[in-house]
Amino acid sequence: MTISEKQQELLDELNLFQDWTERYEYIIGLGKKLAEMPQELQTNEALIKGCQSQVWLDATHADGKMNFLANSDSVITKGMIALFVRILDGESPDSVIAADLSFIDQTGLKEHLAPTRANALSLMAAEMKKKAVEFS
Amino acid sequence: MSDFDPARIRDDFPILGQEVHGKPLVYLDNAATTQKPEQVLKVSQEYYSSLNANIHRGVHHLSQLATAAHEDARRTVATHLNAHRPEEIIFTSGTTDSINLVTNILSRSGKISSGDEIIISGLEHHSNTVPWQMLCEQVGAQLRIIPVLENGTLDLDAFENLLSSKTKVVSVNHVSNAFGTVNNVIHICSQAKAAGAITVIDGAQSIPHQVIDLQLLDCDFYAFSGHKVYAPTGVGILYGRYDLLAELPPWRGGGEMIKEVTFDHTTYNDPPYKYEAGTPNIEGGIALAAAFDYVNNIGINAINAHETRLIQYASESLSTLPGITLYGPENRVGAISFNFDGVHHFDMGTLLDQMGLALRTGHHCCQPLMARFGITGTLRASFAAYNTIEEIDLLTAGLNRALDMLR
Repeated sequence: MTISEKQQELLDELNLFQDWTERYEYIIGLGKKLAEMPQELQTNEALIKGCQSQVWLDATHADGKMNFLANSDSVITKGMIALFVRILDGESPDSVIAADLSFIDQTGLKEHLAPTRANALSLMAAEMKKKAVEFS
Repeated sequence: MSDFDPARIRDDFPILGQEVHGKPLVYLDNAATTQKPEQVLKVSQEYYSSLNANIHRGVHHLSQLATAAHEDARRTVATHLNAHRPEEIIFTSGTTDSINLVTNILSRSGKISSGDEIIISGLEHHSNTVPWQMLCEQVGAQLRIIPVLENGTLDLDAFENLLSSKTKVVSVNHVSNAFGTVNNVIHICSQAKAAGAITVIDGAQSIPHQVIDLQLLDCDFYAFSGHKVYAPTGVGILYGRYDLLAELPPWRGGGEMIKEVTFDHTTYNDPPYKYEAGTPNIEGGIALAAAFDYVNNIGINAINAHETRLIQYASESLSTLPGITLYGPENRVGAISFNFDGVHHFDMGTLLDQMGLALRTGHHCCQPLMARFGITGTLRASFAAYNTIEEIDLLTAGLNRALDMLR
């Protein structure tokens, strides 16, 4: 599946929900399904700076593919980064760098988030691309 | 109070009628800022539509009217606070500005020097912490902190031990913005005075909720913001005891604060003008007086009784929620702060917002206090005259619903 196909699939799933409660529950659920990030990887260096809650991101590169691990002390933030992980995990560094992540604007999430939180979405996307640059 | 009717008060606040995310707004962030009643909005509007002119020294009609309204406002504030005289009332832009004014004039006074000590408390807002740290850096003084007990009150025994001949200033808040703790400022001021210290009270969170009698408090300075007591943002007050104001040097230079200027020498005006350089927030000052008129028309004691009932009801209702921790003592004023086991306060605040519930989450500009309790922040509900018991029921129901989603 291409990155844009994965994005469309995610948007289709989110659009199934009419009610904000269900959308949030879905996003929190995505966070809960993230692969566990080992405690020793949750370092100060792995923290994404500028987010009001703590978000850790780790990236590795094997066989031409990026693998992301993430965690947060906030379950909503963890769900938000899980959206990006689902789209970008397993892609090549070059695909991650080139990825158009504007799908996040179509989720309607930003309208439901405080500006600090909406800003966190951009910070997460930027951080994942930065990691990809290190491996490209 | 039998004739106190929050429904009638709500009618005065047009903003409260709106919906947020399709739900009726429940505004419980009053410790951050209160909403403004029509009576105050009308005064602001009328000032600009019929009175606007720069004050003092204007020979023309409008300037004289604006000056009279501005000085009337000063008298209204002085009366509301039971100051000794109107000249003790300095218009500022808010509490932060007021406290920075005090620290800067003390810094310039030469009254505090290397080895001296300034006492603040562990309950302080950053605006009653950082200006004192900056003063200490300037003059080489030491900052001493009154510790906070487990129940969110100050350790007054420790305070007495901190006091010494080195203590030059004691600056504490009257009511804590983070926990709603009421400090015994009469006791603190009298102890501080006995040690020869200047006393400063941050009244940002007490002014909206209770009678403030400055002659009874007997502090040297008292600071607050208009916007926390139904007035606009950008106006505040510093009360200063007159003889101190007369003795201390000015800080900001400019218009109005002078008697005579030559390039060789400038002589300064008398208080309060000596501390009011530049064109003040004229409309804000007049609107602040209107806000006090509004409060006094309802009756501050009636407001206090209503808010006490709200906060007691809130603490009883919230206590029933699973995994909740309430911070601060039982006799809170204005605000109630809490957390849930295993739930991030931002997550809870985000979901409450979806239900139209406006609460504050985070450190409430009290990072040292949060560190003292080993937390990064709390959820805080804070109350005003227009809040209702029904809104607290909506809060409790909203918290229950969000807990189901987050756990």
